[in-house]
Amino acid sequence: MGVAESPALEVQGVTKRFGDVLANEDVGLRVERGRIHALLGENGAGKSTLVNIIFGLYQADTGEVRRNGEVLNLNGPRDAIAHQIGMVHQHFQLVPVLSVAENVVLGDEPTRHGVVDLDRAAAVVRELSERFGLDIDPKSIVEDLPIGIQQRVEILRALYREVDILILDEPTAVLTPQETNHLLNVLRGLADTGVAVVFITHKLREVMAVADEITVMRRGRVVGHTVPADTDESDLASMMVGRPVELRLKRTPASPGDEMLTIADLVVDDDRQTRALNGINLDIRAGEVVGVAGVEGNGQRELVEAVTGLRGVVSGSIILDGEEITGRSPRQISTMGVAHIPEDREKFGLIGAHTVADNMVLNRYHHRPYSRHGIRRPAAVDDEATRLVEEFDVRPPNIAAMVATLSGGNKQKVVAAREFSHDSKVMVAAQPTRGIDIGNIEFIHRRLIEYRDAGMAILLVSAELDEVLGVSDRVAVIYGGRIVSCEPAEGIDRDRVGRLMLSGADG
Amino acid sequence: MSDLFIRFRWVILTILVFVFVTLFTAEFQQAQTTAVLASALRQSTPLLFGALCGVLCERSGVVNIGIEGQMLLSAFVGFMVASATGSLVAGILAGMATGALMGAGLAGLSVTLQGDQIIAGTVLNIAAFGISSYFFQQGLTLPSGKTSPVSLGPLADLPVIGRVFFINPPLTYLSLILIWLVWFVLFRTRWGLWTRSVGEVPSAAETVGISVARVRYTNLIAGGCLAGLGGAYLSLEAVGSFERMMTNGRGFVALAVMIFGRWNPIGIWGAALLFGYASAVQTQLQFRGWLADDPQFIGMIPYVVCIVVLAGFVGRARPPAAIGQPYSRE
Ligand SMILES: Nc1ncnc2c1ncn2[C@@H]1O[C@H](COP(=O)(O)OP(=O)(O)O)[C@@H](O)[C@H]1O
Ligand SMILES: [Mg+2]
Repeated sequence: MGVAESPALEVQGVTKRFGDVLANEDVGLRVERGRIHALLGENGAGKSTLVNIIFGLYQADTGEVRRNGEVLNLNGPRDAIAHQIGMVHQHFQLVPVLSVAENVVLGDEPTRHGVVDLDRAAAVVRELSERFGLDIDPKSIVEDLPIGIQQRVEILRALYREVDILILDEPTAVLTPQETNHLLNVLRGLADTGVAVVFITHKLREVMAVADEITVMRRGRVVGHTVPADTDESDLASMMVGRPVELRLKRTPASPGDEMLTIADLVVDDDRQTRALNGINLDIRAGEVVGVAGVEGNGQRELVEAVTGLRGVVSGSIILDGEEITGRSPRQISTMGVAHIPEDREKFGLIGAHTVADNMVLNRYHHRPYSRHGIRRPAAVDDEATRLVEEFDVRPPNIAAMVATLSGGNKQKVVAAREFSHDSKVMVAAQPTRGIDIGNIEFIHRRLIEYRDAGMAILLVSAELDEVLGVSDRVAVIYGGRIVSCEPAEGIDRDRVGRLMLSGADG
Repeated sequence: MSDLFIRFRWVILTILVFVFVTLFTAEFQQAQTTAVLASALRQSTPLLFGALCGVLCERSGVVNIGIEGQMLLSAFVGFMVASATGSLVAGILAGMATGALMGAGLAGLSVTLQGDQIIAGTVLNIAAFGISSYFFQQGLTLPSGKTSPVSLGPLADLPVIGRVFFINPPLTYLSLILIWLVWFVLFRTRWGLWTRSVGEVPSAAETVGISVARVRYTNLIAGGCLAGLGGAYLSLEAVGSFERMMTNGRGFVALAVMIFGRWNPIGIWGAALLFGYASAVQTQLQFRGWLADDPQFIGMIPYVVCIVVLAGFVGRARPPAAIGQPYSRE
């Protein structure tokens, strides 16, 4: 085979073991120039491991990576970068205290007389961000930016290096529908210039929309290779999960009861002391799901934090089942009956270095039967954890495992199991399925509906419009810190909601 | 610039108060004020060297509690070499080499072997104490005497300030230059950007092709040179001989100085001067026979300042995020 015909990137027979876990087993992959290659698979399927090997971060136990037919000897990301391979990482690899420009140029900085030329770096970032329509302020500090914008920094960093092969590991997990569409356009544009794009996701809609080729992985192995024309979403879903999957949520109409959560004229500031919520009114009844749709950064986060007590309120009131909860501590509010699945489960929902069992009772370890007279009772904790692990199908079913070692989907199940399991009146679910896979999304959605039917009032905040429309009974659209519309989900017009999200008006 | 002022407002405020008090007293007793200030600068110099070593290490994500040991052994080796060869320059270079070697040792233990950094630093301290005590010989002297002050021409004639800042021996000038040099390297150069990213999120640095191990080794060795200069300063510039345990905890106070200075060389200078001033005042008070029956109480002053400052400021300062954690890719 001549060099001209060899693919831009070819992986052959790659096997990688982490201790007992066989993360990749005899994996093969062919990526062609100018094409978008979707790598599809559930969490834990081995996608990140494979691309980390291609990027030189991990060393394969056996197997090889070829670039234009030549075997690569990758001892680190530096080697991969030298071969024009770029990667956008699943867990952002950004330095939070540095500016956007510094993060983009890091490792390949423009300098003048040995001094890092930050003005030129900023100019380059501005130019890139205009060229690709990824709007960003190069001087802002990364840790002040919302997740969706941080993602742009990662992408700009790869584009800055003018790569021939661009690998994106679940880049859309944190993006809004608009941002996702935009990114997919950017990727298509890149592929048209000859770049080979490897696009990891578990969102089938995106794969069908943008992929030229699809490789499906399950449990460390490649289980299928196809093209969009030969397949459909439910086919792919079954391939990923290894069993038939229900893609549309089955649900009955809600039968709402009394008002459980009443938010009146709520005004809240964000971290920079500017208004995030400008007088929000919203009520949720027992036995209904109210979904809040909106482009990220329109006050959703502050709304969730205000209701759960994590953020102070400027004015207005929040009433839980007739009782004022405004200004109370998060623990009081939780005890009074507000459960919370937080947006950032790693930071607010779990303690990674503790066991599954301890995390399962994080919100009530100090109550009976888990503690008595201030002394913890591990046996009671273990019993409850064992029950929940089984009920919520946490894998591996080991209550002594450190939470940090679980996959994203299973972490989310731990949070959900804990939050659903105490008798709450209201559930605040923020991005409950962000970054987790189809099988688990289906599971969490079914749970939300089950608990709704059992009489819980659920406030669902999600950047996934499909999720809001699919799970909610009523849909509120938030824009610029105001609720601009609130109407039944039944028969709602998806495009109209999209317009409201983008401009706050239905025009 | 203005955010620098805000960030270091406490350091700046403290310095202003000192300047004010000093000017006030200088009005009445110029000679004594000058003596106290000159002594403050002398006392602050080894702290400054130690803290600059600390900042290079910690900014790259490695805690170095072995600075005390690095300074002690460098003071010893520097003195022995200067005493044997008769050359102060050779002594200073030997001190730097000793510090650098110990820095490399710390890097080996904490970066290559991924051991606990606190334990690795403790190893340095114990080794330095043992070696310098074991080989110590009474009665050695420096044939050339200690480093002598160099007067910077007309600047030295300025009232008070001239005597304090512009008639100093070479390592003191060097320490003042190093403040700005380390600051420049950390905040203006490519290496500084790499160092700071390695100290915050090593995996992020690694994914853009920066070798975490190389950055940490280099910074620990460079930091070791600075700690070595601090040691050489003690034996070859401040005292002119070596004594057992002559660092006397300065390596640890240097860490407090680094924290109080918020891991920034300029803040560190202010903090080092504060601690130096506290030591100088203590010496002055002892000299005048205050509390002559219980001199320990006056001797405590610098350490009390250290404790108060640490208790008051540590909570607010934000260390590099990856500090203390060994890094490995997989
Ligand atoms: N650094 C690591 N150490 C130990 N196990 C790992 C590591 N990285 C991944 N694994 C394991 O390898 C398997 C595949 O993980 P990963 O490649 O991250 O999957 P995916 O990206 O498809 O979700 C999982 O079981 C995961 O727990
Ligand atoms: Mg992954």
